Amino acid sequence: MTTVVNVPKSLDDHRQVETLIEQVAGVPADAKLLVDARHTTFASPYGLTMLLTLAQTRLERPGFYPPLAEDTGSYWARSHFYKFAEELYDFHGRAHPSTRTGDSSVLLEVTPVGASEDVHAVVERIQEKSQQILTEELRLEPAATMRFTMALSEACQNIVEHAGRGGWVAVQRYRWQARLGGRKVVVMGVCDAGMGIRASLESSPARRITDSWDDRVALEEAVLNGISRHRDPGRGQGFRGIRSFLDKWDGKMGVRSGTARLISPMPEWNPLPDEPTLEEHLTPFPGTQLQIIIPERVA
Amino acid sequence: MVTHIDLKTVLRRTVCELFSNLVTRPTGAAVRGGIEQQLALVENPTLTVIDFSHVGLLDFSCADEIVAKLLLRHGAEADPGHEVYFLFRGISETHLDAIETVLARHRLALVTDDGSGCVRLVGDLDDRQRATWEAIFRLGCAVPDDIAGEAGIPAEDAGKVMEDLWRRRLVMRNAQGYVAVGATA
Repeated sequence: MTTVVNVPKSLDDHRQVETLIEQVAGVPADAKLLVDARHTTFASPYGLTMLLTLAQTRLERPGFYPPLAEDTGSYWARSHFYKFAEELYDFHGRAHPSTRTGDSSVLLEVTPVGASEDVHAVVERIQEKSQQILTEELRLEPAATMRFTMALSEACQNIVEHAGRGGWVAVQRYRWQARLGGRKVVVMGVCDAGMGIRASLESSPARRITDSWDDRVALEEAVLNGISRHRDPGRGQGFRGIRSFLDKWDGKMGVRSGTARLISPMPEWNPLPDEPTLEEHLTPFPGTQLQIIIPERVA
Repeated sequence: MVTHIDLKTVLRRTVCELFSNLVTRPTGAAVRGGIEQQLALVENPTLTVIDFSHVGLLDFSCADEIVAKLLLRHGAEADPGHEVYFLFRGISETHLDAIETVLARHRLALVTDDGSGCVRLVGDLDDRQRATWEAIFRLGCAVPDDIAGEAGIPAEDAGKVMEDLWRRRLVMRNAQGYVAVGATA
């Protein structure tokens, strides 16, 4: 039996991604999935990298219906989504080709991350574009470009160091039509279907498992307290560095792992007014998924 | 003896000809290995200038692997048989972000030099240590009695602080007294 997974019209933030995850809850990994994105008109970098990650979790190669809307399909092609989706999904129907070459809104196309060399490639590539977008369009100080790249590097390294399998990263700039008064934002998605933060920390021989130990506690330990599975005191600085950068530039980071999700920092401009800082008992999903948003600066 | 190590050259020799950024922990470990290979060939004592001038990005992982681990492995406690002093040159403000973070994490300190004579002490030091180091730097070469007058602290305390700065390899010791790292390079 095939389970059909309907991709929401907009696959933007974590709420829509949760609806995707909930549809595969309880479906055995070797059961056939058909992921239907025909009516999807928008996906953020978080959404696109989650679609690839979803396929990675399956033992049976899932089917995929690409978006019907030409501009959506063309954007997904320019973002290199199809390039990797074709390795993971059986396509049903024609994927729209890119109708343009290059896209100034795409800071970093969907890029696989599995080794240290991939992080170097990501950093080299993003530097070409980020300076102009961050300083001219988001009105951040020039120094923010390097710090943004550092944050990206650290986020990607979490996959290499801790996931146990490869993941994906993508970065895009766009204008929020209905949020933040139409301000521009840069959105980064970094997703993997690896072991997740809890299992990573549990692999440390020094880790004492207490009664309260779960995905939420593990997430807080890693993201807020800089705890790593390594005993080396120099480890565990990645999330701290990312949060420090986002604090300074009024950004937002959401991290999901296992059944928990944490937001830190939580900015005042957050467009989801009732969004909790910490969520637990979510539908289980392998690996760790990050979404980072940096807004245009206003005077 | 002064040894100059250009990090971009080490990066290209030890990791990849195409890279210009110091990112990822394996890269940092490889670059530190390259530096330590060079250190193994120099005389004792030695002052080594670690030059970041041609490095693009330095992330936290690489700062930890290169800067923090070099200081930890070549302080007086870890390497008592050798006097290896480091002067970090060409550090940009964004390099400094990563470096200050790892120095705070490990409670370390180092000396930077912008290449045009501006020398700074960076990292985890209390006011007395910082004042003593700055007094030694101003005087060029100093003994505890000099520092007592210059920094306004008792000579016995000044001696202890100078010894501690030497153990942290922030000042060099010779027959005439103590010389601040960066005062001579």
